[in-house]
This record gives sequence, structure tokens and C-alpha cells, in this order.
Amino acid sequence: MKLRANLVIGGVLFALAIFVGLLAPWLAHTDPVMDANLMNAEEPPSWTWWFGTDDQGRDIYSRVVYGARVSLTVGIISQLINSVIGVALGLSAGYWGGWWDDVVNALTNVMLAIPSLIFALAIMAVLGPGLTSLLIALGLTNWSFTCRIARASALSLRSQGYVQAATVLGYGDLRIMITQLLPNMLGPIVVIGTLGMGSAVLSEAALSFLGLGVRPPFPSWGSMLSEAREQITTAPWLSIFPGLAIFLTVLGLNLLGDGLRDILDPQSRSRRT
Amino acid sequence: MTGTPLIEVEDLRIDLDDGSRRVAAAEGVSFRIDRGETFGLVGESGCGKSITALALIGLLRHPLSIGGGVIRFEGREIQHLSAARQRELRGNRIAMIFQEPMTALNPVSPVGRQIAEMFVLHKGKSWREADQLAVEALASVRVPAPERRVKDYPHQLSGGMRQRVMIAIALACGPDLLIADEPTTALDVTVQAEIIELMRNLCAERGTATLMISHDLGLVANVCRRVAVMYAGRIVEERGSADIFRSPSHPYTQGLVASLPRLGSRAALGRSRLKEIAGVVPAITNFPDGCRFNPRCAQATDICRTRAPETDPLEAGGLVRCHHHA
Ligand SMILES: Nc1ncnc2c1ncn2[C@@H]1O[C@H](COP(=O)(O)OP(=O)(O)O)[C@@H](O)[C@H]1O
Ligand code: SF4
Ligand SMILES: [Mg+2]
Repeated sequence: MKLRANLVIGGVLFALAIFVGLLAPWLAHTDPVMDANLMNAEEPPSWTWWFGTDDQGRDIYSRVVYGARVSLTVGIISQLINSVIGVALGLSAGYWGGWWDDVVNALTNVMLAIPSLIFALAIMAVLGPGLTSLLIALGLTNWSFTCRIARASALSLRSQGYVQAATVLGYGDLRIMITQLLPNMLGPIVVIGTLGMGSAVLSEAALSFLGLGVRPPFPSWGSMLSEAREQITTAPWLSIFPGLAIFLTVLGLNLLGDGLRDILDPQSRSRRT
Repeated sequence: MTGTPLIEVEDLRIDLDDGSRRVAAAEGVSFRIDRGETFGLVGESGCGKSITALALIGLLRHPLSIGGGVIRFEGREIQHLSAARQRELRGNRIAMIFQEPMTALNPVSPVGRQIAEMFVLHKGKSWREADQLAVEALASVRVPAPERRVKDYPHQLSGGMRQRVMIAIALACGPDLLIADEPTTALDVTVQAEIIELMRNLCAERGTATLMISHDLGLVANVCRRVAVMYAGRIVEERGSADIFRSPSHPYTQGLVASLPRLGSRAALGRSRLKEIAGVVPAITNFPDGCRFNPRCAQATDICRTRAPETDPLEAGGLVRCHHHA
């Protein structure tokens, strides 16, 4: 199989983000919260302070490194929740059809009609700020595409010979869905999931920017941007580095999703050949 | 055994709901298969063989449904069993293999896993035990190096190997009845013979009754003790395999037998058959009145065009459905 540029670059960027998040305690130069020192306030980037410092003298590099933890936790976990919900609803709707399909379709249409960030905002307003609320809010609001794909796949897969053979062999509905349908639709689901992770990282940044995310002083890229707002002209490094981190992570996930689509999605494969 | 037959079908009718009305896709279908017996169902494509098989395992789905009649398994009526009870029978007591070994296996699952799943599902085995049993099952269908082959995915196997895997899956739980619906139609002629031989041996060894379905009378009569010939949704003749060759009674069967190649040469089959029985099978929605074979029958008379014949027992044994049977 030929390695594709988008797959490689995307994979490397995503792996880098994971690596940074996992090894944050070793990579960071200082504690991202405790090591404030007004003597070093608003230092520009230098050999000592790679990404500069903020108005409390905290090392931006260390804060960006720790911020990866929040972004990736939110991105991965909330997207996992979305994938599970989307697959469970879409797969069962496509396989069973009937009134259940109608219910799921109606629900999906509602979700598609409301921008997921607005929906997440509403949930955050009820739950209050914090990491758990973020996971719930973003995990419950972005499953409609996965659901659509899972439903369409189930519809087309259920007439496959091996699904009928499984019925003939006495498989129950649940067993058929899990062993025959799910593995055969995993490709597109993984693609959507990867892209969804990117958008979850962005949504986390947006919600944190609005002060609804992880509570300060613990760093998240979005809240760092928010805090840097007023100094954007005097200390631009405060916004540039967290912004760059968001940009590279989301770009990486999008490239990875694209690359995976090329190799996993039979439709785009047949379109190419 | 002469007692209770393994499976007994009585006056089965299968309805096709075409939106506005119900038409009988099959009717008056009756036959019985004893324990360990091989029984064949033969007829041209579209005559209702597959839907009859699906009725037996409770898998007719809209627009098809059972419109009447009784299906007994070991003397117990099964056509009204709950979905869960029918599922316990399927794969466990009654197994089925299909024509398409290319598509009947899950492409993303190793074949050993697919065999093992039967033991987990129907016999309550642990996955460890089941994986071991899968190797044995694969060995029993004469797949070489089964302990390595269990890890293969379907696309790594030839058509013949896949059909062997299907047979291993179907026979995994030691079913009492194996339904084989055109099991070799999609395979090469040389492979066909091997697969049929394998199925016949395995079923004989284990005392598994077989319902062999095919459009190929020669093949079925070779394998089965008794044969039923189906035409346009009705069984028109049921005889011992030898009798049906020696003295076919129904004009349609006579045509089928006459169209069989005398000495080998299956390639000539298609052409000669067209010559022997002119015309085509009528569409379900368009069955002729009276005997459904009458537009193609050289012996048809007025009564054939108005009254459907009932089944008559033959002196030599067997049944035939024709007003003027031989
Ligand atoms: N799902 C279905 N919907 C509508 N008609 C069907 C369906 N399945 C089978 N039929 C019709 O029932 C008749 C018998 O089909 P089948 O049993 O598959 O024939 P065969 O003898 O070739 O196996 C055919 O005329 C076919 O068109
Ligand atoms: S009933 Fe009449 S039309 Fe039908 S097969 Fe017999 S002779 Fe031919
Ligand atoms: Mg058929």
C-alpha cells in the first residue's frame, strides 16, 4: 500500500500531540500552575522561556504542553461517546428499520438542525463549567454524522450473504449487529471519528475561551487564548503558541481522517480506480 | 426409521404479498424426510425451492409468508414457534448452506472464528474450547493444515475451500437436518463433485438428513434416495431416485429426464434442455388456470386448462400430480 502524505503528516502530528500530552510532566520545564513568578512576567520567547511567559510569569511552553492533556482528553473521550451513541442508534435503526428507524431519524434530524456547539453551550449552561461537563456536553452533541453513516452501512450490509447466513445459523439480532455488521462498517466510522475528534478539540477551545471549559488556573489551549485576549498586541506569544497548538492538532486530525478515508472507505477507493 | 419423520411438511402454502393482493408462490407442498435420509428438491429457477427451504427454517420475511399448512420437526409443529425458539433450531438442529460461498462468509472475520462462534452460540462453549473445536471441524471437511487455516480470512481461500468452511460451520453443531440450497452451482465442475462427495460422506457418517436443492436433476438423483420435482410452486412428482430415471411419470419430469445428457458432456445441458421443454416457467402473478404446466405440455387436454390436478399415488410408489400421468 502506498503511503499517503496526508496520512503520514496527520499521523505524525496526532502522535506528537499524544506524546506531548502523555509525557507532559517530563517535557514541561516548570509546573504550569504553581510556578508563577512576577519577576518573570511577560517575558518574550527566549532560550530560557521557549514560548515566553504570561503576566503572572508562568512558562507558556509548560502550559501549552499540559494543555495538550485537556484538549486530547476532551477530543478522544467525547468523540468516543459520540461514536458509541451514533453507532448504537444508526446500526440498530438501519438493521431493524420500522418505527425505531423513524425515531432515530427524527432525532438525527433534530441534532443536525441545531449547530452542535450551540447545543453543547446549552448543556454547559445547565451543568456548569468543568472537564466532566465538557465531556458530557461535547459527547452528546456530535453523533449525528456517525449515526447517519452507521445507518446507511447497516442498510446496505444487511442484505449481504454473510448476514443472511448468520440469520440462518441462528444468530440473534444483537450478535449479528456486533459480529457481522459492525466490523464491516468500521472503516467509515473510524474516519468520521477522527474528523470528529478534530472538531471536538476546536469546540473545547471555543467553550474554554468562553470560560465554560476547564477552570483556570489549570491550562487548556482555549482558556489560554481567552486569557491572552487583552495582551494580543503587547504580548502576542501568549496567543500564538496555544493557537498554533490547536491549529496543528486539528490539522493533524483532519489530515489523518482524510488519509484514513482514502485507505478504508471502499467508496472513495472505487471512485479513484 | 418408519416412526415419526424428522421433518414433515403438509399442504404448505407460501404467500407473496405484492402490495395489492396475496398470491401463492407455492402451494400444496407436502413431503417428509426421515432421520438420516437424503431427499432432493429439483426444479427450474424460480419454481419455489428456496422459499420452501426458508419456510422450513422460519425465515420467510415480508413480502413472503406462510399462508397455510403445517411443518413438523420431530412431530412438533414449528411454523408458529416464537422467534427465539426458532432461532434455537436454526444452525443447531437444522442447518443450511447456500449457493454463494463467496459471500456467505464474513469478510473481516477469520474463518476459524466463524466456525467457533457456532459452538459458543449453540453449545455454550467457551471461546478457548470453541477455537479448538473449530480446528477439528475444519479438519473434518478435509481442509489441509487446519490449525493454520483457521486464521485465514475468507478472501485467502478458494471457492471450494470456502464452501468446505461453510459445510464445517453448518455441521458444527451436529444438526439433524442439513439443507443445501444449490450448494455447488457457483463452483467449478471439478470442485462440485468433491464438495458433493464430501457432504454426502459427512452426512452419512453422522446420520444427518439432507434436503438437497438444485436445478440439476442428475446431481440430485445421484445423491438422494428420493426426489421431489417442483414446478411453478407445486410438487409435481415425488419418487425414488432410480424410479424417476427409469419411468418418469409427470410430463415435466419426462422432459427433464429426456434433457439430461446421456454420456457426460454437461456443456450440452443448457441447449438440449431448451429443446426438450419449450417455453418458460410462468411468473407467480401469472400462473395459468388448471395445471400450471399446461401451456408447455404436449399432452394437455381441456381438463388440464380448467382443473388443477390432485396428487395421485403411483403403484410403483411415489406421487404424481397430473390428470394424464403415465
Ligand atoms: N423476497 C422476495 N420477494 C418477492 N418475490 C420473491 C422473493 N423471494 C422469492 N420470490 C419469488 O418466489 C418465487 C420462488 O423463488 P425461489 O424459491 O427463490 O425460486 P428457486 O426455485 O429458484 O429457489 C420466484 O418467482 C421469486 O421471484
Ligand atoms: S395435468 Fe395435463 S397439462 Fe398438466 S402435466 Fe398433466 S397432462 Fe400436462
Ligand atoms: Mg433458489
